[in-house]
Amino acid sequence: MEKIGSQTIRLDNPVTILETASIVGPKEAQGPIAKYFDQCLDDEFWGEKTWEKAESKIIKETVNMAITKSKIPAQNIDFCFAGDLLNQCISSSFGLRELNIPFFGIFGACSTFVEGLCLGSICVDGNAATNVICAASSHFCSAEKQFRFPLELGNQRPPTAQWTVTGAGCAVLTKNGQGPFITHITPGKIVDMGIKDSNNMGAAMAPAALDTLLTHFKDTGRSPSYYDAIITGDLGHVGKEILNDLSLSKGYNIKSNYNDCGVLIFDKNKQDVHSGGSGCGCCASVFSGFLFNELKQKKYKRILLIATGALTNATSAQQGESIPGIAHAVSIEI
Amino acid sequence: MNPLDTKKDYQEYVNKKSPNSPTLKNCFKAFIVGGFICSIGQVIMEYCKYRGLDKTLSSTIVSIILILISAFLTGLNLFNKIGKFAGAGSLVPITGFANSIVSPAMEYKSEGYVMGVGAKMFTVAGPVLVFGISASILVGIIYLIFNTQSITLV
Repeated sequence: MEKIGSQTIRLDNPVTILETASIVGPKEAQGPIAKYFDQCLDDEFWGEKTWEKAESKIIKETVNMAITKSKIPAQNIDFCFAGDLLNQCISSSFGLRELNIPFFGIFGACSTFVEGLCLGSICVDGNAATNVICAASSHFCSAEKQFRFPLELGNQRPPTAQWTVTGAGCAVLTKNGQGPFITHITPGKIVDMGIKDSNNMGAAMAPAALDTLLTHFKDTGRSPSYYDAIITGDLGHVGKEILNDLSLSKGYNIKSNYNDCGVLIFDKNKQDVHSGGSGCGCCASVFSGFLFNELKQKKYKRILLIATGALTNATSAQQGESIPGIAHAVSIEI
Repeated sequence: MNPLDTKKDYQEYVNKKSPNSPTLKNCFKAFIVGGFICSIGQVIMEYCKYRGLDKTLSSTIVSIILILISAFLTGLNLFNKIGKFAGAGSLVPITGFANSIVSPAMEYKSEGYVMGVGAKMFTVAGPVLVFGISASILVGIIYLIFNTQSITLV
């Protein structure tokens, strides 16, 4: 592999995404892309006593499902990269404690899944591993509890607020496969434009997404039309419009082939999710379910997946700190 | 225009770009639901007075019944739906106060009765209690200073 431009890595022996798996909650099961997920849950607890345990179970079962589908024996998987939104990433570490695979717990807020894909593909291309799994999860109830208010509290959300996706996605990366291939990765910088409203994460993360997007185009010499689809992680409806505007002001028109996982996963008019979906599980499940299927079916031949994360927590928000954003991109081609 | 020139420019641009809450519609819904809750209270009050209870006791009974209804609806996962529709309409009457204590108690039951329910029960209502009680003490002191007669009356 080789670094090109200022922050992009070109993989010499492109890494194959062999198989993916996704499990989502009941609200996502009513969304427009529900049929692409491997499993939809009937309730948020999934037989567990707490939401935290339910989230651990979701990521555990998603990872097991991905390993089973890939037909690679678990002992042949070299590393696991996983993360989530809960403090100290307990969903992934608790859920995957019986996996018996060397584990990297990673945190990139909602960009965790693509951060995992970046690190995993570097590992595989650098001969440090043959097979790697990358996973991420989030859970609406456990996230609300940690970041906002109790679920039963009778308050209102502003129109810019987003709905944390209950779900997980997992991808199995392998060295010698037939594609779809991860060909380039562009890890993002932390960008903070001073947005403090934790009910407007899309606006907080959009500048980071723009920075990574433009850097990727400059480093690779590609233009927006090179890709069949440019997909961001969870900017939502508000953030999507902002990114459209911002990139146009920088001379790149991405409107025709640009979409967002948070926009895709819910029906804005029917599901009362305000600005759309968010959370680590949003990008992870939409890629593992919907986008990977489109790549397999060859409906999309080249996509740029840019997962966005808001690097904030409940304490920093209460102390009046602004919300730094981050975005990591992977270029996936057939 | 380049919205990314400075942080201030970007924040102004975001403010313009972000949809606002439908304030007028929300006010109307809050007015209707809030008025309805207060009317229920008034009906209970009139009934108590009709049964021969005095005004203080009647208003205590009104509070108790409204708190009971609100706590019960919170437990049934219904109050948050009312609150989502009505906003301040269900939040400002005593129903909102009951909801703000019952909801964290339910939420944090998984952390046990002492460190969960006990410690977290007032995470939402706590500030209201702290500043409400502080304000009443302050007003009481001022009252005493300017109305020394009242000391002898007590």
